[in-house]
Amino acid sequence: MPATDTTHHRGVRPGMLKVTGLQKIYNGGPAPVEAVRDLTFELAEGELVCLVGPSGCGKTTLLKCIAGLMAPTSGTVELAGEPVLSPPPGMAVVFQEYGRSLFAWMSVRANVELPLKEKKLPRARREELVAESLEAVGLTAFADAYPWQLSGGMQQRVAIARAIAYEPQVLLMDEPFAAVDAQTRADLEDLVRSIWQRLGVTVLFVTHDIDEAVYLGERVLVLSNSPTVVQDDVTVDLPVERDQLTTRQDERFTRLRAHVYAQIQQAKKGTAPTAA
Amino acid sequence: MSTAAVPPAPAPRGARRPGARVRTAPNRPVLGSAGVLALLLLWEAVPRLGAVPERHFPPASEVLATLAERAGTTPFWEAVGHTLFGWALGLAIAFAAAVLLGFALGSAPRVRAFTTSTVDFLRPIPSVALIPLAVLMYGTDIRSTLLLVVYACFWLIYIQVLYGVADVDPVAEQTALSYGLGRLARIRHVVWPTTLPYLMTGLRLAASVGLILSITAQLIIGSPGIGQQITAAQQGGAVALVYAWIVATGVLGVVINLGVRALEHRVLRWHTSVRGESAA
Repeated sequence: MPATDTTHHRGVRPGMLKVTGLQKIYNGGPAPVEAVRDLTFELAEGELVCLVGPSGCGKTTLLKCIAGLMAPTSGTVELAGEPVLSPPPGMAVVFQEYGRSLFAWMSVRANVELPLKEKKLPRARREELVAESLEAVGLTAFADAYPWQLSGGMQQRVAIARAIAYEPQVLLMDEPFAAVDAQTRADLEDLVRSIWQRLGVTVLFVTHDIDEAVYLGERVLVLSNSPTVVQDDVTVDLPVERDQLTTRQDERFTRLRAHVYAQIQQAKKGTAPTAA
Repeated sequence: MSTAAVPPAPAPRGARRPGARVRTAPNRPVLGSAGVLALLLLWEAVPRLGAVPERHFPPASEVLATLAERAGTTPFWEAVGHTLFGWALGLAIAFAAAVLLGFALGSAPRVRAFTTSTVDFLRPIPSVALIPLAVLMYGTDIRSTLLLVVYACFWLIYIQVLYGVADVDPVAEQTALSYGLGRLARIRHVVWPTTLPYLMTGLRLAASVGLILSITAQLIIGSPGIGQQITAAQQGGAVALVYAWIVATGVLGVVINLGVRALEHRVLRWHTSVRGESAA
């Protein structure tokens, strides 16, 4: 019964995001710190993968390296076969700190449109994309508001709208819902699922929340404690249509959750077992 | 178990007396006007009661009458115009130079470190110490006034721009980078808006200081303007006129300050310092 319809993706769909032997050592401090030791994983096109690990395990470092915002010490990141050396045009990042990531001096519409202007898209196409993406996150009525006039959850939806309007091949999300309340969080999780299903975009979702990782992902990558390696690669054999109430009560959900939880506990103790 | 050991919570002052009036927020415009009126009354009373000689300190009514009379003449407005011209041009030059240099050096940490000690030395030199130099170079020409105004205003704005440029939020910067914004686009859409609040503070300070120096230059060097008029009135023994000019200077300062504040509100309507009042 397990997961025949999700595991085969990796074999059939071409690789979209490929991280090989990634290592990052910070040399700034008194002693060099190895934040990430040796990370290798791959996301197939259209896959939604969650990355979960104990806090301080180098998730943010990894994400910055993937986004091209930071050069790894060694190893490579490839997006659709092209090496990532600077922020690639096919990638959009949703940051955890939506309040600082959105520009307070611009309206919601201008925030979403700015990256499209930089892409030199014609005005008509820009307006179309802005309207579509704001509609997708349910904020059409707030196009002319300023981000700071909106609630935290709405602000993060603006950031998501900006990301999908950019039409990325890969969407990176760095603990995007860590700073919103539990109810908003559930809504935003469903929003990410629906957008992913509708647009077929490849999503790498970083989180420290095990439930969130299992609920959202097709696969969950469990990271070890710093210096970080991939400790486990769990395939989530839950149905594609998920629901906050029934999915979380599903016996498979509970089993997966317990499995990931145990892996994280092991990771915290620093005993890196051989990856399954 | 003694109940006396527990002191009663102090009741708020207003609550003690029944029938005491509820405190309301102070009515600023009314109180402000009342303050000005009280000051004028005091100014009127002190010389009239003989506390100070009227010869050196004419009562408010006389000074205001002189001011009103002068305000109807062309030379008055010419002098105001000269002062304002020196102020505005000097401020504009200082602003442009400070913004350009601030942005250039702010984004070049090495050059900035290279110039810091020089800036720290030049900045505290009071502009008035340059008066002999100004006279030597430009005589009573408007350029003398400009030199003093520009020198004083430049540092005030420049330092603020440097702080502003350094204050760019790393998350905002990374967002801009990840969405492929080039260097110029980042300066325009991220660095410039971040710097604006600092810049407006610098501008507000510089606007007041610039007026002071514009008048000082005219007062000491004798280039045309309000300062020169004050000296002339003083030498002619027209004491009330000296005071009238001083009052006019004060009014000018208030008007300039109000203008800059209005500009600040407009430009920074999205900023935390302003938006609490305008939005929500």
